[in-house]
Amino acid sequence: MNNRRNFLKKLSAISVLGASSFSLLNKFSDNTSLAAVTSSSSEKNKVRWGMVVDMRKCKDDCELCIDACHQVHNVPDFENPKDQIKWIKKAPYPNLFPSKNHQYPSENVKSKPFLTFCNHCEHPPCVRVCPTKATFKKPDGIVEMDFHRCIGCRFCMAACPYGERSFNWRDSRSAIPNIDRSYPTRQRGVVEKCNFCSERLAKNQKPACVEVCPEKVLTFGNLNDPNSEIREILKSNQASVRKPELGAKPSVFYIL
Amino acid sequence: MIEKAWSGNRNYWLWILFLLVLISIGIYCYSLQFEYGLGITGMSNDVSWGVYIAQFTFFVGVAASAVMLVIPYYLHDYKAFGKIVVLGEFLAVSAVLMCLLFILADMGMPMRVLYVIIHPTPNSMLFWDMLVLNGYLVLNMTCGWVALDAEKKRTAPPKWIKPLIYLSIPWAVSIHTVTAFLYAGLPSRHLWLTAILAPRFLASAFASGPALLIILILLLKKLVQFEIANEAIQKLATIVLYASIINFFFLGLEFFTAFYSNIPGHMHGLVYLYAGLQGQHALIIWMWTSLVLGLGAIVLLLIPDLKREENILLISSVAIFFSLWIDKGIGMVLGGFVPTPLETVTEYSPSAVEIFITLGIWAVGILTLTLLYKIALSVQKEAAA
Repeated sequence: MNNRRNFLKKLSAISVLGASSFSLLNKFSDNTSLAAVTSSSSEKNKVRWGMVVDMRKCKDDCELCIDACHQVHNVPDFENPKDQIKWIKKAPYPNLFPSKNHQYPSENVKSKPFLTFCNHCEHPPCVRVCPTKATFKKPDGIVEMDFHRCIGCRFCMAACPYGERSFNWRDSRSAIPNIDRSYPTRQRGVVEKCNFCSERLAKNQKPACVEVCPEKVLTFGNLNDPNSEIREILKSNQASVRKPELGAKPSVFYIL
Repeated sequence: MIEKAWSGNRNYWLWILFLLVLISIGIYCYSLQFEYGLGITGMSNDVSWGVYIAQFTFFVGVAASAVMLVIPYYLHDYKAFGKIVVLGEFLAVSAVLMCLLFILADMGMPMRVLYVIIHPTPNSMLFWDMLVLNGYLVLNMTCGWVALDAEKKRTAPPKWIKPLIYLSIPWAVSIHTVTAFLYAGLPSRHLWLTAILAPRFLASAFASGPALLIILILLLKKLVQFEIANEAIQKLATIVLYASIINFFFLGLEFFTAFYSNIPGHMHGLVYLYAGLQGQHALIIWMWTSLVLGLGAIVLLLIPDLKREENILLISSVAIFFSLWIDKGIGMVLGGFVPTPLETVTEYSPSAVEIFITLGIWAVGILTLTLLYKIALSVQKEAAA
């Protein structure tokens, strides 16, 4: 009797140990790939995608980039502001740059609507807080969403210092004017945001907003290539990022 | 022991029926939310957490406060708490249960809840919160049940329970600290980004939890002639008093740092809550009610003659509980979303569906509490006979 009991005890101990070491192994293999993705290593990687927004060229009443982005990504068009989803939008300068704003802003920025979208931060707070790695950083610096992994806890929305994330508060499919079959629609209950057009980059195309802009406001390129066009622009212009004091290191730069 | 919960008088069953009705309404409303999505609530992209997460945060505190009975009784051998330490533990069980349901109700994809375990992510505070909350639930249920079972059998509790009881003490601190860390590490949410968020959470927890316990004990005295030494109630009242004072002291510290430094980001959240910002002022009435009730109750409890008066004690406890419920269960969470990262102010008020789901979850907690207290009190009564 006692023998059998001991045997069972040992057996259960071994199985618990086995199960936990297995999950631990899983964890490690997960982490090695994760390390490449979430560590600050994209500074050393070959590619770190970034964007320069030259606001001097942007026309106040033009929304071509917004329309193009929302069209290719099946972003719904809700009237109720409570339901709205935005991957790219315009907001006044002082709202985007609260710590840069002062009492006497220059005429060219004072009342100008500024373009804003996900900053694809070097140290994204949204990625840090996500409990399931549904939002993660790729080796090329793009902060991506896995819509099938997202549990809809909205922790990333509380963490994002830039307000660039939207939640699917209700079914969106009925509110998409023309569904583009080449990009997935989203279920209600998940978070979404700008993805720097990962799906177009894979086909060697530029992001939709960059391509459609007639004024060449947006320059997309590899921040880790010192000879790229985007780095040339940054060399010769004084550029700003949103809320640099938070240390998130955005990959989106503004020329005011 | 569970059989004790299956026998009771007419009022007992009417009360249970009432709770079941509330739960049914809650379940129906949840089915509406499940069908439509979280857009059926008052939440938006600007205020992306509402009453669910706020209630979750508040009740983690109530749960943690069981430690205010466990420490005196088990560490300092304070015998007067002998009869009520199990009531504290069972209150913690019910509170944690509500917390877990509030989290579930807030999820956009509730059927993916196990992803938190399947894809463990230690850099997320939510992962740790899931661990400590479930652990705390098991710890308190076990400690309370085993001690009660021993009382029923008129034996000493088994030796193995002692380490679990000692473990539950730091564990209680951990659940509220980790819950504070959900908020306190987010850049750009100024109201939350403060190192004293965790200590303030603990102070308000150790005031609101025991205050609720005083209310419950006084109710049990009236309803089922629960016999308890006055000394135990007075000791609880002292705990409530000091913890409330520390909580409001911490609130004062927040005001000092924000306004003496004069940094706009640090001031905005508080200005919004207590005075309104950009013409939005839905919470002013709540926040001032909280202040007046809380400080008023502290004054009452500071006067020994009044504190000994049972009715005054009841009123003060209700006032403290309601005050801290507003402070943490409404103001703290909503104020963190103001202003938004784009410097605007969006207000939030819960929808009817959201309120009924919340009531339903409360009813689950109260039902659990009713059943557990019924068992505990029946066992205690038999043991005394």
